[in-house]
Amino acid sequence: MSVLFDGLSLGAIYAMIALGYTMVYGIAKMLNFAHGDIIMVGAYAIYTTMVFWGKGLWVAVIGAAVLCTLMGILMEKLAYKPLRGASPLAVLITAIGVSYLLQSLAQLIFGVTPRPVNLGSFGSVEILGASIPVSTVLTLVIGAVLMAGLTLFVNKTNTGRAMQAVSEDRGAAQLMGVNVNFIIMITFAIGSALAAAASVFYLMQIPLVEPLLGSMPGIKAFTAAVIGGIGSIPGAMIGGVMLGVIEKICLSIDAIKDYTTAIEFGLLILILLVRPIGLLGKKRREKV
Amino acid sequence: MEMLKVENLQVYYGVICALKGISFHVDQGEIVSLIGANGAGKTTTMQSIMGLIPIKGGTVTYNGQVINRVPGHKLVSRGMSQVPEGRRVFQDLTVYENLVLGAYTQKDKAQIRKDIDEIYSRFPRLGERSRQVAGTLSGGEQQMLAMGRAMMSHPKLLMLDEPSMGLSPLLVDQVFDIIRDYHRQGVTVLLVEQNAKKALSISDRAYVLETGSIALEGAAEDLLHNESVQKAYLGE
Ligand SMILES: Nc1ncnc2c1ncn2[C@@H]1O[C@H](COP(=O)(O)OP(=O)(O)O)[C@@H](O)[C@H]1O
Ligand SMILES: [Mg+2]
Repeated sequence: MSVLFDGLSLGAIYAMIALGYTMVYGIAKMLNFAHGDIIMVGAYAIYTTMVFWGKGLWVAVIGAAVLCTLMGILMEKLAYKPLRGASPLAVLITAIGVSYLLQSLAQLIFGVTPRPVNLGSFGSVEILGASIPVSTVLTLVIGAVLMAGLTLFVNKTNTGRAMQAVSEDRGAAQLMGVNVNFIIMITFAIGSALAAAASVFYLMQIPLVEPLLGSMPGIKAFTAAVIGGIGSIPGAMIGGVMLGVIEKICLSIDAIKDYTTAIEFGLLILILLVRPIGLLGKKRREKV
Repeated sequence: MEMLKVENLQVYYGVICALKGISFHVDQGEIVSLIGANGAGKTTTMQSIMGLIPIKGGTVTYNGQVINRVPGHKLVSRGMSQVPEGRRVFQDLTVYENLVLGAYTQKDKAQIRKDIDEIYSRFPRLGERSRQVAGTLSGGEQQMLAMGRAMMSHPKLLMLDEPSMGLSPLLVDQVFDIIRDYHRQGVTVLLVEQNAKKALSISDRAYVLETGSIALEGAAEDLLHNESVQKAYLGE
């Protein structure tokens, strides 16, 4: 029971990160390799506000959200926007460069030693006979609320519909009067804000910050996004939750726990073999 | 009054020159068509005017203002609208959502609802399929949707790129009826067609485009009876 809850909450974290990958891929048509590092930026923002400035958790969370959102927008404006229309390879290499840049900056400012950051203790609650940490429940509930909010936003607001339009046909969206650059900026902002949320919940589970903190959850979440069908928002949610649950189940079984990561990537390969576009991915009809 | 004026428009795809400096104009209240064979540069012309393809040289003037450097999305709120080649409705969105997107620049919610109702009464088949994703519509229905969607922004200048492409003769007639109808409502029309006969029959004036240059221009009536036009484009 507690394994399931752990898995679901880890899954919620993966899903929140995966949404950033999948939305940026769907709308800007690029793989933002530096997305995982936004989590690291969020984690250091929390570290700085709480440990250096001695502020409370809420200030830290808001600070992380604001900083990550701005970082996302800045990253897009400075690194990716000038490359609009460039070859996908050039964009990908730039994204890898941005990732290294963020990691190196963190190393320069904070050094390489992992630093502990304590978000506070939340205790635990009894759910169906199992003792579940409140942080796990929080991750699940807030994760679900954020994802429901995002789904509503994308499907019910003009900006959300414009995002779907840009994702399907950028030119046609422009002909509707949609400012494509603005929509891409919003997408980066939302993805980065979700990454900030993920960084909070990540630190609740592993209270250590280090410059490479974002890479592993980033890669896992990217895997989740691909499993779910990159470009698909519900796909990223399902892929993330699935991967989180599988990871925690594997880790709870002694015989296979050392192979957890291999099993996860094995699952990715398996799913892509059966369904190359991922679980909920859409095959683009080629236009004639 | 000149609504749209294109002067010496040059557009390149890499090193390939697609438009070699063409000039034409559309006066307010006119229907003007641009005819020409496949690959002549008609779509390039339409898309570069709306900012989808960068312009290399020349000027595009709309209502007296040069719009070469105006971002394409801003032209919609200035009254330009385009039904692109191949319709390009949003396949994964519903009919209703497509129409709402057409009204992206419109703020008046009540007016938007009224416009959608009007489109549904004009095209009952779209009304019946309001909640259906556009990708499931037939080609004709998609064309009607694309034309309805383009009108949602209340354009003053409507540009249509081969609206009759791939449609059955009955639907082609319907498409041209709709264009005439929109025109009667006061919309100025720039029409690109391969179906030259139909296009000329509803136009005031026309230009013939040949491999990136204007080869002929004149009153539609005259071009209909022009021998070389008849040979090349009217199959007579
Ligand atoms: N994306 C593109 N890349 C390179 N060449 C193009 C592209 N689109 C069109 N062309 C070329 O530009 C010329 C004009 O094409 P187009 O404007 O589509 O003609 P039309 O609409 O009259 O059929 C053609 O020679 C075509 O091959
Ligand atoms: Mg064409």
